[in-house]
Amino acid sequence: MIEIKNLSKSFQGSDGEVNALKNVTLTINDGDIYGIIGMSGAGKSTLVRCINMLERPTDGKVVINGTDIGALSKGELLRVRRKVTMIFQGFNLLMQRTCLKNICFPLELAGVDKKSARKRALELLDIVGLPDKANAYPAQLSGGQQQRIAIARALATDPEILLCDEATSALDPNTTHSILSLIREINKRLGITVIVITHQMSVVEEICNRVAILDGGVVVEEGPVAEVFSKPKSAAAKKLVFPDGADEIIVDTDEKKLRVVFNGAYATRTPMITQMAVDISITANILAASTRCIGDKVYGNMLLGVPDEESAKKAIEYLTKTEAVFVEEVCDNV
Amino acid sequence: MFDKVFSQQAFDEALAIIVNEFPMAIWETFYVTVLSTAFAIILGLPLGVLLVAGEKNGVLPLPAWLMQVLNVVINLLRSVPFLILMILVFPLSRLIVGTTVGTVASIVPLVIAAFPFIARLVESSLREVNPNIIEAAESMGSTPFQIITKVMIPESVPSLISNATIAITTILGYSAMSGIIGGGGLGKIAINYGYYRYKYLVMLIAVILLILMVQVFQSLGTYLATKCDKRLKK
Repeated sequence: MIEIKNLSKSFQGSDGEVNALKNVTLTINDGDIYGIIGMSGAGKSTLVRCINMLERPTDGKVVINGTDIGALSKGELLRVRRKVTMIFQGFNLLMQRTCLKNICFPLELAGVDKKSARKRALELLDIVGLPDKANAYPAQLSGGQQQRIAIARALATDPEILLCDEATSALDPNTTHSILSLIREINKRLGITVIVITHQMSVVEEICNRVAILDGGVVVEEGPVAEVFSKPKSAAAKKLVFPDGADEIIVDTDEKKLRVVFNGAYATRTPMITQMAVDISITANILAASTRCIGDKVYGNMLLGVPDEESAKKAIEYLTKTEAVFVEEVCDNV
Repeated sequence: MFDKVFSQQAFDEALAIIVNEFPMAIWETFYVTVLSTAFAIILGLPLGVLLVAGEKNGVLPLPAWLMQVLNVVINLLRSVPFLILMILVFPLSRLIVGTTVGTVASIVPLVIAAFPFIARLVESSLREVNPNIIEAAESMGSTPFQIITKVMIPESVPSLISNATIAITTILGYSAMSGIIGGGGLGKIAINYGYYRYKYLVMLIAVILLILMVQVFQSLGTYLATKCDKRLKK
């Protein structure tokens, strides 16, 4: 279990102090694939680097399995880092070493003898699906293949926690998908807790079970992915769920706006809007709509326009009756 | 003037000098250059590593005053003209090799002149290493020493070889200059016969041989640097 307690980090910038993280408190359970999402500059990378103390927090604690890792000696911290490994957006492989030697690298650092390191590296090449690339150099591989080697390298020291810092941001959608599948498989098969830092909703939707939304160094929302994404409360969360800013595009002032969120296949299959027109004679105008798959759940999101206050009230009452539907009135284009 | 330079008599003289003195001179130039470069690397490489690793945000931060001292000393040594430096280090040469003249004695000023230069070249090579790769190594639990020996230096080998080639050709040029203080080699022949005794043909041949040596070192260096660089797709 990773407990992040009241973590703050400030940097001395060129124009005064920059508070990258403000009082962040999170708990990540064993076996989670935990997403930390936010726009660039939200403090995600700083947060993940505080977990293995690549960045020293200004205030607060990181406790991994009961150990406050900020209080460890240098030598102890180096040992912790073998159990909390990391993959990166830029892969960061050693370019002058073969793939096999890259995977051996953390074992070499840990003082494992060459023969067993080599054996372990070959096993890992198999796990990541690149058994024939042992003697290739990173420059000869595609981005996705390089990330696989980086994952193998991160797994070499049998970690308990894998930190992924924008690990798929430099990859195309297909490659992203295959790397995410690999990460999920590793999480399931080896029981490694994974923390995924990303700015892409789709990544969190695809593999995470819990998510924290970071905005301006503050955790604005936290919880199970389906819950957070189906009922975004904060402005930052809404911006992520409606990346095109659907709410802002529509500037009609006469209509009352309602956000309808529906979870699960039942709601998705119900023709609610048509039904509403028939049953209570309210003609709703669909301003924006989308359906997404989060984990194994389907959920939809709609922005409706209704003529006036009264029909808005009625519509909310009517629509809420359907199972797994959540409706709220949207004020002032938020 | 040129009819004199290329006269029959000049040719005969030159031929005698070539046969008698050039093989030894080439050998002297070669070993002075290689030895000086080797000693300069022994001093310059660790110094260059310190210049990068010892920075405030480096892998092994050193006190700011120490970095300041290192930088000032390097700049100081690099700004003294080689001709003057050769004379300035006479006491040191006497201390180390027992004499201030001759081929072996010329290695001392060459090393003193070259190691700060090499430290700067090493510094620039090591700065080329992607800082993200260093961060990755830190995230895997590398000690600062492991980062230096297993990441920074191996990752910059192609660049280090290129820069070593620059160093060796520069030192070759300096070694020719040391003919002034009696350092042996092609430089001495060029000065003694060509400059002092007006045997321009001998000087010309000595210069051509120096050019050839530079070419050989440079080609070899470029070949090795390219061959070592695994970033190139082949």
